[in-house]
Amino acid sequence: MQGTEDKAAHAARQKRLSALASADGRDILALWEKLGIDPACEMVRGPETGLIALRGRIGGGGAPFNFGEATATRATVRLENGAIGHSLTLGRDRLKAKLIAILDALAQDAAMESKIDEMIVRPLQASLAERDSKRRSETAATKVDFFTMVRGDD
Amino acid sequence: MAVTGQVVEGGFGDPVFASQSVFRAVMDAMARPGTVQAIATDAMPPAPLNAAAAAVVLALADSDTPLWLDAELAKSEAVRGWLAFHTGAPLAGTPSDAVFALAANPAAVPPLTGFALGTQEYPDRSTTLIVQVESLTGGPVLTLTGPGIETTQAIAPRPLPGHFEVQWREINGLYPRGLDLILAAPDAVICLPRTARIGNEEL
Amino acid sequence: MYVAVKGGEAAIRNAHRLLADRRRGDRSVPALTLEQIVEQLALACDRVMAEGSVHDRDLAALAIKQARGDLIEAIFLLRAYRTTLPRFGYSEPVDTAKMQVERRISATYKDLPGGQMLGPTFDYTHRLLDPSLARDETVDEPERRDGDDTPAMRVSDILAEEGLIEADGEVDSEEVGDLTRTPMEFPMARDTRLQALARGDEGFLLALGYSTQRGYARSHPFAGEIRIGEVDVEFHVPELGFAITLGRIRVTECQMVNQFQGSAKAPPQFTRGYGLVFGQSERKAMAMALCDRALRAAELGEDIVAPAQDEEFVISHSDNVQATGFVEHLKLPHYVDFQAELDLVRRMRGEHTRRRDTQDNMPEAAE
Repeated sequence: MQGTEDKAAHAARQKRLSALASADGRDILALWEKLGIDPACEMVRGPETGLIALRGRIGGGGAPFNFGEATATRATVRLENGAIGHSLTLGRDRLKAKLIAILDALAQDAAMESKIDEMIVRPLQASLAERDSKRRSETAATKVDFFTMVRGDD
Repeated sequence: MAVTGQVVEGGFGDPVFASQSVFRAVMDAMARPGTVQAIATDAMPPAPLNAAAAAVVLALADSDTPLWLDAELAKSEAVRGWLAFHTGAPLAGTPSDAVFALAANPAAVPPLTGFALGTQEYPDRSTTLIVQVESLTGGPVLTLTGPGIETTQAIAPRPLPGHFEVQWREINGLYPRGLDLILAAPDAVICLPRTARIGNEEL
Repeated sequence: MYVAVKGGEAAIRNAHRLLADRRRGDRSVPALTLEQIVEQLALACDRVMAEGSVHDRDLAALAIKQARGDLIEAIFLLRAYRTTLPRFGYSEPVDTAKMQVERRISATYKDLPGGQMLGPTFDYTHRLLDPSLARDETVDEPERRDGDDTPAMRVSDILAEEGLIEADGEVDSEEVGDLTRTPMEFPMARDTRLQALARGDEGFLLALGYSTQRGYARSHPFAGEIRIGEVDVEFHVPELGFAITLGRIRVTECQMVNQFQGSAKAPPQFTRGYGLVFGQSERKAMAMALCDRALRAAELGEDIVAPAQDEEFVISHSDNVQATGFVEHLKLPHYVDFQAELDLVRRMRGEHTRRRDTQDNMPEAAE
């Protein structure tokens, strides 16, 4: 039912919201301040903290089961131009949730979208990738190299 | 789903206090079956939802309570979006999966025994049915008796689901299973818990 | 007659104040910060999150500080806090196959694809107390080596290629059981049982797991695979209409592989027990997997002969918040109950004495 344009827009929004939610709130704030804008906005809902019930799968890939909950915070804002933005992120960082919702609303404008992606989303993705790569290499250094001891003759 | 202003607007201005006051009104209405309890609310739902029915759902439903909508409500994207945003309640596929059910058209309410009626061990695992009505007065008079009613209580909501008295008697016969009914005019509600009986017979 | 007694307000108030003082301890020692607890007592936070059943490191640290390091008290605090929060919904199941692995070992295959990665483990330490930790000495940066980022293959998939192991595990019901929403009923489906085990007391599950190794429900377990690392949490946001990643959490997953000789219900093959726990909680994940397997006795047609196989016994007693509540309530005033028991014992004792006296007198009467 959705046009390909709609789908592409969804995918971009999904990637952006995911990258923002996965980042540290302090990093988002620092990059946000570099953006140097202060749009008027109204909180439609939140920021409010609740729980997400977490699911795993039996045996890793079988039937789903609940294995605990995690705190999460969400917000919905409306900008003066009527654009509405949402956010949902793990943890209890209310400022982070609010900033993500504002960024989500701002990014509905095409010019602003590329600016946000370039100045905020990409740097956050890059630092996450860097952190992952550091961890991966630290883990790799603990990989066991087996070698066989040859005993006896022949 | 399109995120429009219509979806995110019109919720409770102050969700905590508004939910509490609506909860109180519904509790009083359930405790004193047949009495008219005013619902003063700032909720402004998209049509055809009325304000009182919407306020009751906002106060009671959440992501743990599957919500069933009648055809008239279900076909409105605005209604579905508004309820999803403000309550988080998933939509129930069939009446028997519903913790809450909301009907805008009394004439089209499915048979009451098709809703979740609970089990003998857990009679509470049943549907609370909210039916929007035009008015809580002016309809045919029904006389209620039962717990919470000192002698009798007359009500005259209009319109009601078809063969309502017969259907309700059938619900009474299932006790402790059954369902609880909230009749919602735009500004007030009347409740019929499963213990309320229509008519004076068999006390 | 029943006389209601009121009192103790001042005593309780002062006890709270004394508790706060003792919690803080010597004021010349700097107070612990939550960051210190999160960073340096990370595994205590992990345990509190797992058994408190709420993933939030800062809250776990706060709970540990408030509880003076009493972890069960901290778990209790976190459980109490979670009841004040609304629930937004259920996540998509986390995909542990895509885990950003920080440790991954197998006791069944030496040369498994992806290799054995020890990670930050206690395993090969000598368990000798390290006096250097008593001072704040500089710690070396970890060694680094190029690693590849292809997801590590599961050990269960290796066995599955030969058809020698059962599938991942399905349950009959379409609806996922949730014991935080529905009262427990026995027998329990495996999904609900795993939820109970995931929040169960580590010590209790460890002891039960141990009992299965000592012959109480022998299940020949091997640690097929243990992996620790971060997984993405994805959630379908209704107002957006699609799922987004909400962030990452660290989890420990344990796949126990058990020899199984077959029964009327299943052919000889390897069966599995599964453990999935918040944080780096290897012992808990292993104990959970052992208990999961033992509790599948009925499903697999095994004789139920040991405590670890008794679902009602294990699940009903695994929650340490419930357990501590019921045990510790014995400290509360039971003055009236006890008065009644005291009267009863006095009366029985009187009757006992009278009966004995009568019996003592009987032979004389007969003569």
